[in-house]
Amino acid sequence: MSDKVLMKGNEALAEAAIIASCRHYFGYPITPQTEVAAYMAKRMPKIGGTFLQAESEIAAINMVYGVSSTGHRVMTSSSSPGISLKGEGLSYMAGADLPALVVNVQRGGPGLGGIQPSQSDYFQATKGGAHGDFHMIVMAPASVQEMADLTVKGFELADKYRMTAMILADGTMGQMMEPVSLEYDIKPMPEKPWATTGTKMQRGHNIINSLSLVPEELERLNFERYKKYEQIEENETLYEEYMMDDAEICIAAFGIAARVSKNAVNEARRQGIKAGLIRPITLWPFPSAPFKKASERVKSFISVELSMGQMIEDVRLATECRVPVTLCNRVGGMIPSPEMVLEAIKEAAKNGGAR
Amino acid sequence: MVVFEKPYALTDVPMHYCPGCTHGIVHRLVAEVIDELGIEGRTVGIAPVGCSVMAYNYFNCDMIEAAHGRAPAVATGVKRAEPENIVFTYQGDGDLASIGTAETVHAAARNENITIIFINNAIYGMTGGQMAPTSLPGQITQTSPYGRDVTQCGFPVKVCEMLSELDGPEYLERVAVNNVKNVKNAKKAIKKAFQNQLDGKGFSLVEVLSSCPTNWGLTPQNALKWIDEKMIPYYPLGVYKDRSAAKEDTK
Repeated sequence: MSDKVLMKGNEALAEAAIIASCRHYFGYPITPQTEVAAYMAKRMPKIGGTFLQAESEIAAINMVYGVSSTGHRVMTSSSSPGISLKGEGLSYMAGADLPALVVNVQRGGPGLGGIQPSQSDYFQATKGGAHGDFHMIVMAPASVQEMADLTVKGFELADKYRMTAMILADGTMGQMMEPVSLEYDIKPMPEKPWATTGTKMQRGHNIINSLSLVPEELERLNFERYKKYEQIEENETLYEEYMMDDAEICIAAFGIAARVSKNAVNEARRQGIKAGLIRPITLWPFPSAPFKKASERVKSFISVELSMGQMIEDVRLATECRVPVTLCNRVGGMIPSPEMVLEAIKEAAKNGGAR
Repeated sequence: MVVFEKPYALTDVPMHYCPGCTHGIVHRLVAEVIDELGIEGRTVGIAPVGCSVMAYNYFNCDMIEAAHGRAPAVATGVKRAEPENIVFTYQGDGDLASIGTAETVHAAARNENITIIFINNAIYGMTGGQMAPTSLPGQITQTSPYGRDVTQCGFPVKVCEMLSELDGPEYLERVAVNNVKNVKNAKKAIKKAFQNQLDGKGFSLVEVLSSCPTNWGLTPQNALKWIDEKMIPYYPLGVYKDRSAAKEDTK
């Protein structure tokens, strides 16, 4: 049994990054993720790492681009408006096939929005996040333990596939405290013969680049990248099923919405309603298979989200609209209560899945 | 006897620059300096977006292509991760003094131990001759067809003067490459900017007044004259900051 310590989500994430041998962090203050930066500011100088408060989110992601070019593990973190600024860098990193970990502790939007929890950057995170055809591996923690676990996993996947892994947390995950175990068996980093570490006059020059002016060549690069994405969809999709064996009403929820929904499912069961939950852990790749399978059996789906309904589109696609998919949501920093979700379950049960 | 050859730090790839453009000269000077200091194997260059976007094909050292204006931030990352390596950026005026102003100013303020070669040719070359942050008052470009009207588009940004007000940077010098004497001075400044990094002194920027005959609508020869007659009076050559030398003087 490993020792557990009580930690804030943002801090557990930061410590996990250090354990995963990340020694370079670049960030910019923004609520509700600033604890990550503050933690790194304290820890990095003590372990010979880099903490640098950049002049902007744009500069921070480009510093990440620079470190990643040298093959070292590197990360940045921010919250929604800051992630929009990082969009340019995320696209360039995708085009140059550079690995990194990017954390978005989401707050309500659009615009400056608020500083309370939100999941309204789902589209931005899972559908690319900036110009051009690309994906990031997007993971949504639902506990402080997962804030840490998925961070370690994120670094490994980013290196394995040479791409950005994003932790898409909501403000709640960043701010809440839970006991967490930080014991990991860190795999050695893969060789990075492509890195720009100086030729040492031993090889031809390496070039990190996303420019490709010949259309045939740029097309080929895009097709290749999407072949890689297919592999990821096949091998790296993560989800949790809860009480789905005999469920008639299936909730789709991630992050804090999934925790709230679990309570609602438990209460529904007590009241004799067969409710269950599918919690996507990777939002991209989206776990379509369990939803598709469930759609052959359940009467309806409820997508519980802290957004105006973003993941619901992927649920509808995965289930090919075989049964109704309804939305149960709060936005602007509000969180659906277990009672609210329970009401939605009861309503669905009453309708018996009628179309 | 060989009296003139290609620097080792340049590749054999034919450059795409227009006839009469001085990018080729500056590339050569940078490469000669890399050769003379014997640092090619541990040098990483950062190319910008603009005419020199494909500089990554021309230098033999490891190269990174950055987003528009972000080269100093990328260089910061590279240098922090591998402090033993020599990191330089090669940027034009639109890249460094317009879209990347924040990255430039803050890398200087941090005295980031990197070398910046800044090509000021008072125009956006790659996109076909639009007004640059450094276009002269009254200068006709595609986007200032009636001449740069300072009441509407403001005044040119004088990068060396602006950065010299900061406590951060180690070394700022403006040079030109329009005649033999100036080219020799430019080489000296570029070498110093690299040597400073080797010595751990910090942020060194060399602004190089360069020509763009194609977009200025001048012959190569007249373009070099234009640097003399128009650019140098507005952008005086010289050392704007040399902290180590200043310290020596006060001893």
